[in-house]
Amino acid sequence: MTLAHFLTIFISAVFVYNVILSRFLGLCSFIAISKQTKPALAMSLAVMFVTTMSSIITWLIYRFLLVPFNLEYLRTISFILVIATFVQFVEMVIRKISPPMYRFFGIYLPLITVNCAVLGVAVLNIDMFFINGKAVQGSFYYSAFQGICVGLGYTLAMLLMSGIRERLELCNVPKAVKDFPLGFVIAAIMSLSFLGFNGFKF
Amino acid sequence: MKRLFGEFLKGIIRENPTFVLLLGLCPTLAVSVTVINGIGMGIAATFVLLGSNIIIAMIKNTIPERVRIPCYIVVIATFVTITELLMKAYSPALNRALGIYVPLIVVNCIVLGRAEAYASKNSVKNSFLDGLGMGVGFTLALILISGIREFLGAGKLMGQTIVKGFEPAFVLGMPSGALLVIGLLLGFFNVLKNRKT
Repeated sequence: MTLAHFLTIFISAVFVYNVILSRFLGLCSFIAISKQTKPALAMSLAVMFVTTMSSIITWLIYRFLLVPFNLEYLRTISFILVIATFVQFVEMVIRKISPPMYRFFGIYLPLITVNCAVLGVAVLNIDMFFINGKAVQGSFYYSAFQGICVGLGYTLAMLLMSGIRERLELCNVPKAVKDFPLGFVIAAIMSLSFLGFNGFKF
Repeated sequence: MKRLFGEFLKGIIRENPTFVLLLGLCPTLAVSVTVINGIGMGIAATFVLLGSNIIIAMIKNTIPERVRIPCYIVVIATFVTITELLMKAYSPALNRALGIYVPLIVVNCIVLGRAEAYASKNSVKNSFLDGLGMGVGFTLALILISGIREFLGAGKLMGQTIVKGFEPAFVLGMPSGALLVIGLLLGFFNVLKNRKT
C-alpha cells in the first residue's frame, strides 16, 4: 500500500477509464441530466457520495459476510439491495436534516439506485482488489479511494458535458440531431480526447 | 391473436428499447465491440427480462405497493445471478468478454422499466410476450450497432474477414466509436421519422 498505488487508481479511474466516457456506466443520467450545469453538479455530487459510501459498505459485506460463508454468488443481489436501501436511507436523512439540500438533491437521489456507476464500482472493486476470494493488502482503502475517484470522474465528465450543452442551446442545429443524437456525438469526441490519457496506463 | 402478436412486435420497432426509449445504453455501448458479444449480451438480457416479467406478473397482486421496487430488484437480481452462473459454466470466454456488464444487467433500465411499466399491470401471457419482444428488440439493436462497429472498426463480421484489403477505422472499436455510432444512428432514425410525418 503505497502512494503510487493510490495515484494509479486516481489516474485510471478519473481519466484513463473514466466511468462515463470509457466504461459507459451511468450513461443514462449523463445524457438526461447534463443540459444545465447546476442540476448536473447536484447529480454528480450525489453520485460521488453514494459511490464512495457504497464502495465501503459493499466491501465490508463481501469481506465479512459473503466470503466467510462461501456466498460469493450472492454478490449481485446483496449489493443492489444494500445500495437501494442506502440510497433510500440517505434520502430520508437529508429530508429530515436539511430541506434546502433536499431540494437541491431531492429528485436525483432515487435515480442513483439504478445508476450503473454505483453498482459498477462495487463490482469492480471486488474484481480488482480480491484475488481468489482473498482481499489483497490494503484493499479496503483502495476500494474506498476508487469509489471517490469514480465519483470525481463522473463529476468531471458531467461538468464538461453540461458546459458544452449550455452553449449548444444557442446554436442552430438540424432538427434531426437535436438533443440526444448530438449529445452522443459530443460525448464521442470527448471520449476521443480522453483517449489521450491512455499513455498513462500503468 | 393479432393483439397478442402486437404485444410482441411493439418492442422491436415502435418501442425499441435502445433507439426509441433510450434505455439500457450502458451495456449496449460497452459490449458492442464484436457481434458475438452483442448477441451474447442480448440473449442474457432477454432471458432476464423474460424471467422477471413472468415472475413479477405472477406475484404482482401479493407485493405491497410501497416496497414494490425492492421486490422487483430482488427478482431481477436472482435471474441475473442465474445467468451469470450459467454463463460462467457454459461459455467462460463470453463471460470474460462481457466482464462486469453481466452483473450490471440488474441496473439495466429496460428490465426494471418493463417490470414497473408493464408486468406489474398485465397478465402473465402478455408480460411474457412483452418481455420477449423487448428482448428481441434489444438484441437486434445490439446486433446493428456491433455489426457496424465490428465491420468498420476491425473489417470483420462474426470474426470473419469480409473485405480483403480493407483498412479498418480503429477508432470505431474504441469507446468513442460506440458513442459516435449510436449518436449517428439516432439522428438517422430521427430523419426517417420526420420524413414519415
